[in-house]
Amino acid sequence: MLKKLATDTIDWIDQRIPMTRVWNMHLAQYPTPKNFNFWYFFGSLAILVLVNQILTGIWLTMNYVPSSEGAFASVEYIMRDVEYGWLLRYLHSTGASAFFVVVYMHMFRGMIYGSYQKPRELLWLFGMFILLVLMAEAFMGYLLPWGQMSFWGAQVIISIFGAIPIIGDDLTLWIRGDYVISGATLNRFFALHVIALPLVLVILVFLHIIALHEVGSNNPEGIEIKRKKGSVKEEDKTKFKIHEYYTDKKDIVDAIPFHPYYTVKDIVGVVGFLFFFCAIVFFAPAMNGFFLEGPNFEAANPLKTPEHIFPVWYFTPFYAILRAIPDKLLGVIAMGAAIGMLALLPWIDRGKVKSVRYRCGLHKWNLFGFVITFVILGWIGATPQTDFKTILSQITTVTYFMFFVLLFVYSKNEVTKPLPERLTK
Amino acid sequence: MKKLIVGLFVLLPMFAMASGPSMPLMKAGNDLTDKASLQRGAKLFMNYCLGCHQMQYQRYERTFRDIGIPTAIGEEQLIFDGSKVGSHIKNAIVKEDAENWFGAPPPDLTLISRVKSPDYIYTYLKSFYKDDSRPFGVNNVVFPSVGMPHVLQELQGVPTAITEEVEEHGHTVTKIVGTVSDGSGEMSDDEYDQVARDLTNFFEYVGEPSRLESKALGIKVLGFLFILFILAFLLKKEYWRDVH
Repeated sequence: MLKKLATDTIDWIDQRIPMTRVWNMHLAQYPTPKNFNFWYFFGSLAILVLVNQILTGIWLTMNYVPSSEGAFASVEYIMRDVEYGWLLRYLHSTGASAFFVVVYMHMFRGMIYGSYQKPRELLWLFGMFILLVLMAEAFMGYLLPWGQMSFWGAQVIISIFGAIPIIGDDLTLWIRGDYVISGATLNRFFALHVIALPLVLVILVFLHIIALHEVGSNNPEGIEIKRKKGSVKEEDKTKFKIHEYYTDKKDIVDAIPFHPYYTVKDIVGVVGFLFFFCAIVFFAPAMNGFFLEGPNFEAANPLKTPEHIFPVWYFTPFYAILRAIPDKLLGVIAMGAAIGMLALLPWIDRGKVKSVRYRCGLHKWNLFGFVITFVILGWIGATPQTDFKTILSQITTVTYFMFFVLLFVYSKNEVTKPLPERLTK
Repeated sequence: MKKLIVGLFVLLPMFAMASGPSMPLMKAGNDLTDKASLQRGAKLFMNYCLGCHQMQYQRYERTFRDIGIPTAIGEEQLIFDGSKVGSHIKNAIVKEDAENWFGAPPPDLTLISRVKSPDYIYTYLKSFYKDDSRPFGVNNVVFPSVGMPHVLQELQGVPTAITEEVEEHGHTVTKIVGTVSDGSGEMSDDEYDQVARDLTNFFEYVGEPSRLESKALGIKVLGFLFILFILAFLLKKEYWRDVH
């Protein structure tokens, strides 16, 4: 009786919207390589953090006052007088940093296994747009507590646009809505932070997943699981039920359905991640000044400049590149190029082999050097400048871009290892 | 791959050292679970600090409840201006007056432990020294040219600076390495240290009143997640027996 009611209800819905079909096509019968490793957790974790930011953000908005007179006090009101307000706020502030942690890890995964290579260029580009929107979202969100670092950090970052010739000054005026950072800036940043950018972000994430499901996931071996129709013997095809949408066009090997196999596996990743995330939220939400900066516990004061002004850690590698170059305009160009080069990776890398496992030794060292460069730049951007660090930041700015130059050169006629026929590890 | 991960962890300590004061701070050694210390700190704050400094985001009632003072007793003994117990901890100082007296209005102290650090507050309270060139006759080692008088002088006595000659970049400079009281105060050095520690403790509590609640809840949450992790892992293993 109950079972009949259930199937009838599902039929009723399926005749009106493609519920079962979408479920099967994108989850229960969606082909996924069977050999995903640790690095493949970060995609689902990014969605988890996005949901966390949206939910905690909604509840914070209920008590936050977006005005230069009320903002700082309303955050302290949330921290002290709102039931579990402190928890909502720490989940949101820690979530911002966690978002960049998982996104940077997710991008690094793409780099080591060549996930940006053909046919996944557009998928990678959507990802790069997500990163850009996320940066804007984080930057505008950081102004909202209206602390000293909110104010002066925004002052510094907006002034970066002033380096653009001819339109620079008008552009900064247009962004601020005032001659200085003021309540007008706060209000528009609030609007963009809670409505405009999250909406764009969700749409981009949707497109990112659509693009992923059209081309299918890459994997640590960097070989495709979708083979030419008719090229695979019957006993080699995956034994699992895969949706006709995929099997009609291609023969599929070494694939498992996303649900339940990767849903149960991602739950392990989610709980493992939450353990570390909650450890920070409950025991060290300021992360020793890296997630919540000390000066930001002092209300914004346009007449008092803090001793040192730093962006939050996730911007510091790019900020260090900006500071490394003595000329402001060239610095801004270099900073933009640092992100632009990442977006161009599918075309800079001319290699045919995707995974670092089968590429030349130089590629491994190049990737290793890039990570070290990124970490050193991040450290320099987060600490006061010294002569030594200025020189070091100039060296690492060069090594940052050298990663792409070298990759472009050696990937053309790269000596690679033979690729395996099937996914075995 | 393993090399990359190891490399990252090797570099992590560099981040931990990224910020720090130019002069070594003393360890406050305060304890947020010590209710008696918090109560003494609250009493000291209301008596010595509130005349000039506010805690405009913190309420009396919440404070009394969190540090274990019955509301009626708190109302009678710690609210001096007849404020309602539910109101914020404020004073009646006029901003223009304060600017005339001190050069700048005394800062709000609700979040001072988070702007600086508990160790900074402790060191600050113990680092006043006699300096006749300053308007109030005192200066502070960690806050040079400080604008406030040494309010706790009646407790500590008159402190003088201990100096040392040190070599720096080839020059000999005189550096203040500590202070010593002349013993004219009501308290011994140890008792005054305790005063500084109690006040620091109170400031740390007010900076983040949710800290103790957060710790207690956090342990439960992590315990739950730990068990859930084991279950999730076993569930995954069970399902993945099909995958070869």
